[in-house]
Amino acid sequence: MADKLTLDIVTPYGHVFTDEVDEVIASGSEGEFGVLPNHIQFLTTLNIGMLTYRKGSETGHFFVNWGYAEVGPDKVTILADSAEKSEEIDIERAQEAIKRAEERLKKAEKIDEIRATSALDRALTRVQVGEKHQIK
Amino acid sequence: MATLRDIQRRITAVKSTMQITKAMKMVAASKLRKAQTRMLEMRPYSDKMKAVLSSLAGSGGELHPLLVQRPQQNVEILVLTSDRGLCSAFNTNIMKVAEKFIAERKGENYSIKISAVGKKAAEYLKRRNIELRNSWTGLSGKLVYSDVRNISNDLIENYTAGAMDEVYVIYNTFKTVMNQEVIVSKLMPMEPPQQSDESEDEPMSFIYEPSQQEIMSQLLPKNVEVQIFRALLESQASEEAARMTAMENATQSANDMINRLTLQYNKARQASITAELMDIVGGVEALKG
Repeated sequence: MADKLTLDIVTPYGHVFTDEVDEVIASGSEGEFGVLPNHIQFLTTLNIGMLTYRKGSETGHFFVNWGYAEVGPDKVTILADSAEKSEEIDIERAQEAIKRAEERLKKAEKIDEIRATSALDRALTRVQVGEKHQIK
Repeated sequence: MATLRDIQRRITAVKSTMQITKAMKMVAASKLRKAQTRMLEMRPYSDKMKAVLSSLAGSGGELHPLLVQRPQQNVEILVLTSDRGLCSAFNTNIMKVAEKFIAERKGENYSIKISAVGKKAAEYLKRRNIELRNSWTGLSGKLVYSDVRNISNDLIENYTAGAMDEVYVIYNTFKTVMNQEVIVSKLMPMEPPQQSDESEDEPMSFIYEPSQQEIMSQLLPKNVEVQIFRALLESQASEEAARMTAMENATQSANDMINRLTLQYNKARQASITAELMDIVGGVEALKG
């Protein structure tokens, strides 16, 4: 029986994170889900969102931009288009991105709408994840 | 015997060639460093993707067209070559393997089509009057994801339309700077995972969100993209490595040649001095007499 989870986060730009953790919470396409050791095998798509892991009493946060999660009894593998650790997020830049996306949405041209919405989504989540680190 | 001036001229010429090859080696080395980091970053992602997919494909059966094994009749190969030359056997090795691949399957009911990345494949096949189904050029150096998507969409479309039953990609993998290996890898359909005897218990069932079908229809095309992307990155790193080695050798040869020519020059100079001395001595002797 496994009592730890191996969390692996990989992106096309390299291995972002790998460690043994106790709990993982991520936001899947059907909603947020939590994983503890000995979870049943599970495969889901991920939304733009926050990924939280807990190792003992310490927690960490990641910004995850789309991807897939494969969950097994003793491992969680995240394949993301991009992923950023909370302390590496540039909140100011993200906030500027929010402004830009909102302006673009006001003009509301059909083609740009989807792009702007997802840009806004990304920036908002990034700020949210980034602030998590600051509070800590 | 070449005159002194001729030899001197050749030395200058070889020297300037050496300068060029030296510079090209330096450029290739810096490009190689970039390509290599990019490639190493990509490797874990594509490996994990493959691992996730094989567990998915194992339980998936024939839920998605990219998983269905059809009788192989129309085979397509995608060869990855470079746009520019001066990289020793990089392109020739690829084309040799491709030709062998075709020769092995020729006859019977096979029809083989070729697509290519890079100008070199197009040039090579043109000389042999082999037609390309499709080709992409100008990717080297500035590989962007949308190019990869174009290639993979084209292949997937043709595959799902039934125009081809199997797709292979032939490319150079980067082992070390001195050593690149040509490999043939199957792109479509996905191979079902090998049933290993020592697998723990029976395969556990998966939970899928949103649904298995949904995930497959996203993941499988994505996987094709990722595998092509990786192949392209490997190929580019190999290309620069091959070019660097080639230029290194050329610089070495130029150096050897300069040494040889200098020796020849000195010999010729010595000979002319000796001849002059003989003349003078001869003249003095004649005056005495």
